[in-house]
Amino acid sequence: MAFLDIHHLQKSFGALHVVKDFTLGIEKGEFVSFLGPSGCGKTTVLRMVAGFETPTSGAIRIGGRDVTSLPANRRKIGMVFQAYALFPNLTVEDNIGFGLKVAGEGKAAIGRRVGEMLELIGLPQLGNRYPFQLSGGQQQRVALARALAPRPQVLLLDEPLSALDAKIRVSLREEIRRIQQELGITTIFVTHDQEEALSISDRIVVMHQGVADQVGTPFEIYNRPSTRFVAEFVGTLNLVDADVVEAVSGRVRVGEVPVTLNRPLAARAGERISLALRPETVALGRTEGHDVVFSGRIAEVHFLGSVIRIRVAIGGQVISLDTFNQPDRPPPDIGAPVEVSISDRDLLVLAA
Amino acid sequence: MTGKRIWPWLAVVLGGLYFLLPLAGMVDFSMRMKRGQYSFEAYRIVLADPQFQQTFGYSVMLALLTIVLGILLVVPTAYFVRLKLPGLRPIIEFITLLPLVIPPIVIVFGYIRIYNTSSVLPLTGTWLGTNLLLLFGYATLALPYMYRSVDTGLRTIDIASLTEAAQSLGAGWARILAVVILPNVFVSVLSGAFLTFAIVIGEYVFAALLNVNSFGPYMVWMGGNRAYEPSALAVVAFAITWACMGLIQLVTRFSRFSTVRR
Repeated sequence: MAFLDIHHLQKSFGALHVVKDFTLGIEKGEFVSFLGPSGCGKTTVLRMVAGFETPTSGAIRIGGRDVTSLPANRRKIGMVFQAYALFPNLTVEDNIGFGLKVAGEGKAAIGRRVGEMLELIGLPQLGNRYPFQLSGGQQQRVALARALAPRPQVLLLDEPLSALDAKIRVSLREEIRRIQQELGITTIFVTHDQEEALSISDRIVVMHQGVADQVGTPFEIYNRPSTRFVAEFVGTLNLVDADVVEAVSGRVRVGEVPVTLNRPLAARAGERISLALRPETVALGRTEGHDVVFSGRIAEVHFLGSVIRIRVAIGGQVISLDTFNQPDRPPPDIGAPVEVSISDRDLLVLAA
Repeated sequence: MTGKRIWPWLAVVLGGLYFLLPLAGMVDFSMRMKRGQYSFEAYRIVLADPQFQQTFGYSVMLALLTIVLGILLVVPTAYFVRLKLPGLRPIIEFITLLPLVIPPIVIVFGYIRIYNTSSVLPLTGTWLGTNLLLLFGYATLALPYMYRSVDTGLRTIDIASLTEAAQSLGAGWARILAVVILPNVFVSVLSGAFLTFAIVIGEYVFAALLNVNSFGPYMVWMGGNRAYEPSALAVVAFAITWACMGLIQLVTRFSRFSTVRR
């Protein structure tokens, strides 16, 4: 049995079925992200683990103990909120020491632990400040230290970076991951930002309409999405229409170009299916190993800095591709004729 | 001064005169006790009167107890209504407004009828019972002010997140209310408290009909039996009320961690 075991969890608010049969096992020390759009049920699952919502049915076990009906204040769970939720009337030190004080620890022990936590988050000099005297990033660090100080069994992070600006988001997410690995604490991180989830998780749970669409490592989720939703939600994707020529061997035709997928297809010959393709798997011009070649014209060029995203019109379809910026080679002109090449292995066949 | 500005200024001046002239007259009159000269004789007599000291002390005590009762009653109510039962808010607001609509004389007659010596709960039969009744009555009278200020204070903080944060750190309801919620609405509670103080200090109807010797009935008795002292007393009462208002401003401004300020 996993350390944190979420078993057939369901939650309804009146007629609204928010979480439908959610099951997941999280190992001790694992960092799992719940990724999905708003309203997919990710926060509701997190709040049920925290004890702020009661499941309609199902069970939650932590370290083999059923906590489903345990009140939030007895679950030994650390939580970090999107809006920081620092106690405005307490100094940074008192905020961090709050949980230890509740637990009845002595003054000296609290002082030591608070010092450790301040070192951990890199703000040892700000112990006497009040929350309103700190920046958003600092406040969220303090909130993290406060959640970690009483040595919780599980750390829950509810979109902790959403209220911060872009640069601080990146540095803080790296710091969260560093601290998590340093302490080896089992962590659930809720986010709607796929880049965040991909960059720091051991595993990602992609949630859609109250169910876990796919659970896997960031590499698996990105490269082998199991549903159309996962493929579209995580990363950018080209969807290419193809006509099935022979289903058993996976032969299809994209426009006039024959492609062999070497995988049996569920569709029948003559049917039209959608194939998915990541922009970075498409090369401008002919490349070794890329045996499928399309001809088209440059439709759009977006210079994004290190990456140039080019949209190429091929027949009636448009394919996006990413190339790295090279200072000595300017991006192609709009309207110029080009060839693009792909490998048939990179074409994804998506379930509905 | 431009032509456009003259009318607003005129309104301010007229309003100010309307408010200040009677006050000035009262202060002037209160200082004319000794013939032919200004003096604080009336104030000296009033402040030296043992009855003044006794009734004023009693009212101050009662006001403080009313404030404590009001806080114990209102803070948890307003908090739980906001947190758990937001649908009840309009009803609770209506109930807390009732003391403004129902005259105190009606309330106190109701009390006397329900809690008289031949009732099941004969509170008016004992000294302690009567004082308790007065305390409850004052807490009711202060309810509109106390509830509104506390509720406004609660609106300025994210009580749901703060509560959940405290819960996840192991805190129970009593600790959440005392350590997390109350200090963060302290300024609002104080403004409610000062208003309560001002109401209780001068209250007459409840005290007179329950036959309690508090500051209100003393002022009325004084007004009926003396000439200069009542004016001095009124000035003192005004000063106390204004001091309360001033304190509200002061506390709001100098609160260390006020979330309202940002």
